Amino acid sequence: MEAIPPRENWPLWEVFIRARQGLDHKHAGSLHAADAQMAIENARDVYTRRNEGISIWVVESRYIHASSPAESGSFYDPANDKVYRHPGFYHLPDELKNM
Amino acid sequence: MDLISTYIIHQADNALILGHRNSEWTGHGPVLEQDIAISNIALDLIGQARYFYQLAAARINESAPGGNITEDDIAYLRDDFEFRNCILAEQENGDWARTLLRQFYFSTYQLLLYQELLKSRDPGIAGICGKSVKETIYHVKWSSEWVIRLGDGTEESRTRMVEAMQTLNPWIPELFIPADFEYEAAATGAGILPDTLKDEWYHRVNRVLESATLPTLLSGKNPLQILSGKRGVHSEHLGHLLAEMQFLQRAYPGCSW
Amino acid sequence: MPAREQEIFDRKIEEEIRIEPKDWMPADYRRMLIRQMSQHAHSEIVGMLPEGNWITRAPSLRRKATLIAKVQDEAGHGLYLYSATETLGITRDEMIEQLHAGMAKYSSIFNYPTLTWADIGAIGWLVDGAAIMNQVPLCRASYGPYARAMIRICKEESFHQRQGFEILLTLSRGSEAQKAMCQDAINRWWWPSLMMFGPNDDASPNSRLSMHWKIKRFSNDELRQKFVDACVDQVKTLNMLLPDSEIKWNENREHYDFGEINWEEFYEVIKGNGPCNRDRLEARKKAHAEGAWVREAAAAFAAKKNDSTKHLMYGSHTTS
Repeated sequence: MEAIPPRENWPLWEVFIRARQGLDHKHAGSLHAADAQMAIENARDVYTRRNEGISIWVVESRYIHASSPAESGSFYDPANDKVYRHPGFYHLPDELKNM
Repeated sequence: MDLISTYIIHQADNALILGHRNSEWTGHGPVLEQDIAISNIALDLIGQARYFYQLAAARINESAPGGNITEDDIAYLRDDFEFRNCILAEQENGDWARTLLRQFYFSTYQLLLYQELLKSRDPGIAGICGKSVKETIYHVKWSSEWVIRLGDGTEESRTRMVEAMQTLNPWIPELFIPADFEYEAAATGAGILPDTLKDEWYHRVNRVLESATLPTLLSGKNPLQILSGKRGVHSEHLGHLLAEMQFLQRAYPGCSW
Repeated sequence: MPAREQEIFDRKIEEEIRIEPKDWMPADYRRMLIRQMSQHAHSEIVGMLPEGNWITRAPSLRRKATLIAKVQDEAGHGLYLYSATETLGITRDEMIEQLHAGMAKYSSIFNYPTLTWADIGAIGWLVDGAAIMNQVPLCRASYGPYARAMIRICKEESFHQRQGFEILLTLSRGSEAQKAMCQDAINRWWWPSLMMFGPNDDASPNSRLSMHWKIKRFSNDELRQKFVDACVDQVKTLNMLLPDSEIKWNENREHYDFGEINWEEFYEVIKGNGPCNRDRLEARKKAHAEGAWVREAAAAFAAKKNDSTKHLMYGSHTTS
């Protein structure tokens, strides 16, 4: 057990919101909260005041690991070459719908 | 005015006065996120008050040919002794502990009441409660969590919670002592007798107080009622609240805003 | 040597590619962003006070509800901006300390008092109107988190100006006393609103650098002119007057000319000598100090609960 007394500073949390059923949770922003329950409630008040969401995830910011932008060349360039991963690569007749 | 209209105005007054108190925090909360949270609850309550006042105004206008009073007439042009809110709602904010405890006590009461009123024979009342129940479930959840956090937080927060209980507990019994309009509402099926909610209220409140490691409440005999907000005999706090709230309507009568 | 990084940074700015938190950026760029963004956040928070001043006295239930919603929005906007600024490596507590110590600025407009209900209308129309002029271009600011916060803010803020104008419109069509109240509020808020755009371009070196880095997109004077042009038309709907006898259409410039701002007042209020500087800061400090035990208690409680169970991620479906 650490002997450091609890500080009045609350940790930072990242907020992810699902706008509608069927969509992914999307990063909405961040906020401060003492615990997860409070973070979820704060997120509801802060980021869904105008019915922006139906489901909320929160995660303490310090648990998010990010790729380093310095490596972004080796990270992302190869995927840029693979245009066949993108649907626009395939030329299909216009009459074909819903694909 | 008929007693059912008074019953509806009583619900409106409770929501307005408590919402007004909460809105005094806007811009002054202990942390930005909670400033937003308490303002949200203020908005919910003022929204509920408006629905109830509008319903009462419609009833009153129907029974008086040519009548055209509005929600604002009821809220802004009555004096202290005409308000029918419970005294608990008008208590001053004090610190965050007292505000939170007041919210917890009151929301727990409102939730039990609104859930019963879903079955009201008055479709207007049942409709408003349908919407308000959802909001109130959240108010109870939010305030319960705070009561637990503060009760079981630090020495200081616990002391403040105990002090808040000492200040607010005397105003609990009034919630459950029926007034004439409540007897009438129960008789017609528009409303209920509040004493039927009493046991469940104490049960739910004590469960949270236990989790908060705070002393629990005893539902003893009803004390001597010198004051009764439901009868229009309020604490001194309401007069000041109204003086502030009604100032413009009183200083410039008959204007639109 | 950050020469290559500097080159990449410059190219991104040139090509309108947003700078993101972990990207390399010049120290001065970071400093300027922290200064401007925290100042912006503080302005939202301090700005809650003059309007909050009328929440408990709002003249109707509808006005009361919409005013609470508006002031609450400002809290939200302050929060978005503090969060965006935190991505630059400063904490909200540090920023708040700077504000309370008088080291950080906020928009001077909030050092003017709200004396009548009409002031709430005038703030919505003029102050929010001026703020929107300033803020819309910031949605394209070169720093990603700032631009994204501003997009959110601008979307939410569109109702604020309309709400203010509606308050004034109602007064302008009301009793003689209400009309007088309306004109008086416009008289008192007009010039301070023009000052919101900052010093003239030739007296604003920061502004030039900020434009170079594409944080700002238009100069102070350009935005101020745009604001004057819009207001001269809008005030006609209110049947009120702007308190400046020099306002006149200029054929050549195709803009309205207007009188000289009292720059002495501008600099005095910035220095802390406005009518409400002390009150505003006191109110913020008081709220923060009185909230300390609440924040501590919640942190202590969370620490207790965390000892036994430690989860990384939590989920919930909201009820609203």
